[in-house]
Order: sequence, then C-alpha cells, then structure tokens
Amino acid sequence: MIIIEDAQVLRATGVERCSVVIEGDRVVAVGSVDAVNGARVIGAGCAWLGPGLVDLHVHFRDPGQTWKEDLDSGARSAAAGGYTAVVTMPNTDPPIDGGSRAVEAISRGDSIDSVHIEVAGALTKGRAGVEMADFDAMYEAGIRVFTDDGDSVPEAGLLRRIMTYLSALPGAVIAEHPEDRSMTAAGHLHEGAMSDLHGIVGIPGVGEEAIVARDIAVARDTGARLHLQHLSTAAAVELVRHARVTGAAVTAEVTPHHLAIDDGRLEHLDPNLKMYPPLRSPADRSAMIDGLRDGVIDAVATDHAPHTIVEKAVPFEQAPRGVIGLETAAAIVSVALSGDQAVFFERMSISPARIAGLARHGMLVEPGAPANLVIFDPEQRWVPRVFASKSANSPFLGEELVGKVLATIHEGVITHEEGLT
Amino acid sequence: MSGLLTLRGVTADRLGELLDAGQRHVELIRSGASAPVTLARRTVTIAFFEPSTRTRLSFEKAAMTLGATVLTLGQESSTVKGESFRDTIQTLTAMGSDALVIRHHLADAAELAARWSGIPVVNAGVGRREHPTQTLIDALTLRQHFGTLHGLRMGMVGDVRNSRVARGHLNALPTLGVELTLIGPSTLLPDANPWGARTSHSLDEELGDLDVVYLFRIQRERGAGTGLPSEPSYHLRYGMSEERLSLLKPTSMIMHAGPMNRGVEIDDAVADGERSLILSQVANGVPMRMAVLEDALGGRS
Repeated sequence: MIIIEDAQVLRATGVERCSVVIEGDRVVAVGSVDAVNGARVIGAGCAWLGPGLVDLHVHFRDPGQTWKEDLDSGARSAAAGGYTAVVTMPNTDPPIDGGSRAVEAISRGDSIDSVHIEVAGALTKGRAGVEMADFDAMYEAGIRVFTDDGDSVPEAGLLRRIMTYLSALPGAVIAEHPEDRSMTAAGHLHEGAMSDLHGIVGIPGVGEEAIVARDIAVARDTGARLHLQHLSTAAAVELVRHARVTGAAVTAEVTPHHLAIDDGRLEHLDPNLKMYPPLRSPADRSAMIDGLRDGVIDAVATDHAPHTIVEKAVPFEQAPRGVIGLETAAAIVSVALSGDQAVFFERMSISPARIAGLARHGMLVEPGAPANLVIFDPEQRWVPRVFASKSANSPFLGEELVGKVLATIHEGVITHEEGLT
Repeated sequence: MSGLLTLRGVTADRLGELLDAGQRHVELIRSGASAPVTLARRTVTIAFFEPSTRTRLSFEKAAMTLGATVLTLGQESSTVKGESFRDTIQTLTAMGSDALVIRHHLADAAELAARWSGIPVVNAGVGRREHPTQTLIDALTLRQHFGTLHGLRMGMVGDVRNSRVARGHLNALPTLGVELTLIGPSTLLPDANPWGARTSHSLDEELGDLDVVYLFRIQRERGAGTGLPSEPSYHLRYGMSEERLSLLKPTSMIMHAGPMNRGVEIDDAVADGERSLILSQVANGVPMRMAVLEDALGGRS
C-alpha cells in the first residue's frame, strides 16, 4: 500500500488538496486518509498528483539502433519524465509493418514492467510509401496507431486508399508526419532569416501546411481518424482549427521544444537544436502555445529521438535530425501552460491516452482508477545534465528548468522517485 | 584566439584597419621591396575540402611571402576515406599548425574548426555562408578605385542566394557605407533578407543609379539552374551585356569574383573591357590575404 499525502490531486471535480491511497494496481481512496501500518507514506508537499503522462511519439530505436536507445533505457527515461505509457514509432530496423513483427514488438514491449509500451505500426510496406502495410495482421495483433513517421505518405491516392481501408477498423488512427519532401528534403533549419544568414537551405513552413491541408481533405472524404504529428507552424494550427469547425475527425500534437524555443536560437548551429520539423519562427512558436492552451492542439508528444554525442558532433548539415524529450517535457509544458494543472494533464495524459485508445491511462484520480500516476512539483528548479536515456541530445542540456517529476507510479509500482521522504 | 571567421558584426574601424594593412602590402609589392618575414617559423595549414584555384593559390603565396611554413591539404585528404571533420581538424592541429585556413562546403566548418582546434582559423569560404577575405579584397579594390566606400551604390546581380561572397558583402559592406541593392529573379535572391537590403527584379531600371555592378555566377552545382527557366532567358533579363553598359553612368564599374560564366551573367566585352575591375580584384588577393594572415597570427609588420 502507498499513501500519498498532501498533494494537489486532479479529481473528477477539479483539483483538490488531499491524500490518495494506492493498493495493488488501483487507487482505492482519495480524500483525507488515516495512517495505516506498513504503508509507504509519501509526503507530496503540495506537488501535483495526476494521471501518469502519455507520450504519443517516441523512438526507442529497438531493434536496429540500440546504441542510441533500447526498450530498457527508453523505459527508464520515460519513467524519469513522469510517463506511464508511450507509443513507439515503427521506424525501427526492421520497421514494424506486418503481423509477425507486430506480435514480436508487442511481446517485447509487454516484457517491460516500468511503462506501458504501445507499439505503432507502419502505414506502408517497409515504410517505402508505395504499398499498404499488412493492416489486418497488425490490427489483429493489437496495433491501433498506424504511421510512417519520418515520412508522409507521399501520394494522395495511396493515402486515400489507406484511409478508406483503415476507417473500417474501429479505433484505428492514421498518424501522419506532415512534410512535403519535394519542398523540404534539402533543408536543415526553418526557412527564414536564420537560414538566410547561414546560407543553409531552409525548410519552408509551407511544406508542413501543404500536407496538413491535403490530409484533412482526405480524412474528411474517407471518414478516417487522422492524427497530425508534431505540428510546428501557425498555418497548420489554423487548418486544424478550421477542420474542427467543419467536423473532421482530426487530432494534433506538438513537441515541447516547439513550445519553448524558436529558430532565433540557431545563431551558432547547435546540432542539439536540429530536428524535423525544425524550430520555427517566434510567431509560429506563440501560435503553438495558443493552440495548445485552447485545445486545437490536443496533446504534447515529445518525438523523443535519441542520437549519441558522437553522431551529433559533426557540422550542422551532417547532423542527424532529432532530440530527446521524455525527461524534460513536463517542466517545459507546465511553464508553457503557465502552471494550469488541469490543462497540463489534459494535454499530457488524458487526450493522448484517448487518441491512442489506452484504457488504463489518462484517468482522473478517483477510487477504482488504475494506479498510473505522476507526482510533479511545478516549482522545483533543476538543470538537466545527465539522462536516463542512453543519449543526451537535449535542446535543454545544461539549462535551468522549472518543474520536476518527483515520482512516477506504473500499475501501483513506483518506477521513478527523487527526493521523496 | 583570433582569426577571421565572419565579418558580421565587425565594426567599421576594425574593417578599416584590415583594409589599411592590405593596402600597405599592395604598396610594398608595387615598390618591389621584399616583404618582411613576419610569419617566419610559423606553420600555416591550408585545408581545402572543396575545389578552388585562386583562393588556395593566393593564400599559399600570401603565407609563403611572409615566410611561413605552408602545409596544404587538398581533396586527397583522408576525409575521402571516411575520417570525420573533427578528427581531421584535431590531426592538423596536433601536427603543429599555428593557424588553419579552411575552405569547406558546410556552413559551420570554420566555426567548428576554431572550436575544435583552439588555434586561429581563417575562413577561406564556407558553404554558402561567407567568404570574408573576398569581401575584404573587393572592399580594398573599391577603395582604391573610388577613394572611399561611403555612399557608393552597388548592385549585386544574379545568384545571390547561393553565393558565399554575397553574404560576406551583405555582412560587411553596409558597415562601410555601401548601399546594396539585390537584383535578380526571386528564386536566386535570399528568402527573408535579414540584412534589409533593397531588392529589384529589373536590372535595366537599376543600372543608371549604380556606381558598381557586381555580378554573381549562376551556381549550377548548387542547383541554381532549377530556379531558372533557362540560361538564355536569364541572360536576356539579367546578363551584363555590352548594350547594358550604355545604361551605366560613365564612372560606374563592373566587378566579379570569378570564376565567370561568360555569356551567362557577363559578356566577354564587359569582362575584358575598360569598365572592369576584375583583374584588380585578383591582384589584391595576395596582399589582402597577407594582411589577414598577419592579423590572425599576431605577426603584424
């Protein structure tokens, strides 16, 4: 039994300062609680207590590139960041694009105790963007999120056949990485003043906007559930806002780094600031924050993309795209949301769990709820220097952050704790 | 650690000092006197990771003239065997180089070389980002011809987007009082123009107001061709032909950093004519680079 005392608890009725009792894998009591012999008692010191965080978008590089990350290190990184569930992208080597690979990936994921690993499958065979992946076998294996993340489905005709097919499978979500390669492939950072100054080919915002517009049109036409990954431009947010008004089944995510920093930081071309989509303009960044606050953007997803120090210690144009995010996301997002606890858990846990169809995650803290929980102190200051991840390619490496995860509880077991009594 | 990585943010006074030092070498060479061996017992490593003729040769001559030991790393380097840029830089440094002169196709190569070597680095042209010694050479050429740069109107015509020379000019020439106008099709001009330079899409409308027409090569190797319907079409609207010379003020001059695509951005009669400063630009290459190397190595004469 675990008793968490004196927390700001996110209940069905709102935030309440009280205590929570966990027994087995369930929350059994919420409110004022008497001491129980033999229970672990945690003083939360008025920190936030809410449902464990859910990340719709991580790369654990396993199988294929386990020098960057593997399921174990990825799970430790997730727990350290307050996460109890993550959706792993299928662009492993080999990619998850058929039944036997799906079965194996799910079984390996289930062998990890500290976090729920929800395996996503590819949209096309070999992620090659040419033929439909083996949807039925993957669906039978339990996969619900389908994505070619790293690439969009290149042709609208193929996307329309895929969406038509998947719209018939209940709960199936098409998660698209919006990038028109014909406009973006040569680029390395946002096209704008900074790309001009460096003389490096830019990645224009319209490369994202064009695919978002196409995907919304095809989703509306087919009735498929579309989830747009890592939006970064004001124009894309406006397209989603409009799509909502007209009733399309579209959800969207944003990364922490697109909420926190913009391309003005690229004066010195730090490879830990290179990712896709790129850091955009200050106006784009503020549109992402507004979109997250007002709910046009449903979820924050880290796009946790580990690369080693050696891989990143190269000229900017040769550096691989991607940054890690699991261990710093909560701090970044609580600041971006100005410390609004209810909205924080909505975007970091409740909505992403709903989008991925995770019944045991993203539940308000009430008796009977699964004990997937996080304790987060929104005021503690800290500096990320070492990570549970195998990689350290964080844009926030060495920078002071405000807000720290004190404990993560997965299915009633404490998977991470720091500085607790 | 000194060196010359960029001219962005460099003050007019500092630019003036470098130009004055370059001018002293021009005059010394003209007088026939032998140069002071201010870099004796110093090792200058000229590491070029990209093809170049005039820049590499003029740096070599500049360093040798000042008495330095010169090591030249060309494209035979072990980078073709897969050695990382970082390892190459650290190897060159460990061999006892006192300064590195870097030419590379990637934008941050000189900056990284400076960080990874800890010794002075001279940017000899990186990526599309900057070619600061060419900008100093051109500024020196303009100062010699016009007496001052202040108030000069320069049109930068053509493939500005892909030009490292153009970015150096945009970073430094306005500091010296030059008014720049970028002239060319939109596909060959910068996207956001953070320098705030005037832009124009009509060469004919601008020519009468310009003191200097600086022509930029269409960089086919950087894909500039895909931003143009055709080279004859470009030449029709932006090529510096003999007929267009007649639209210039009688005192206006033509510049080009080479190599030239004759018949595309510049016609033979213009390149070889009396309005051309092109050979003066080439002649200023060695003395200006001597001044930059002395400055980088603290061996000022």
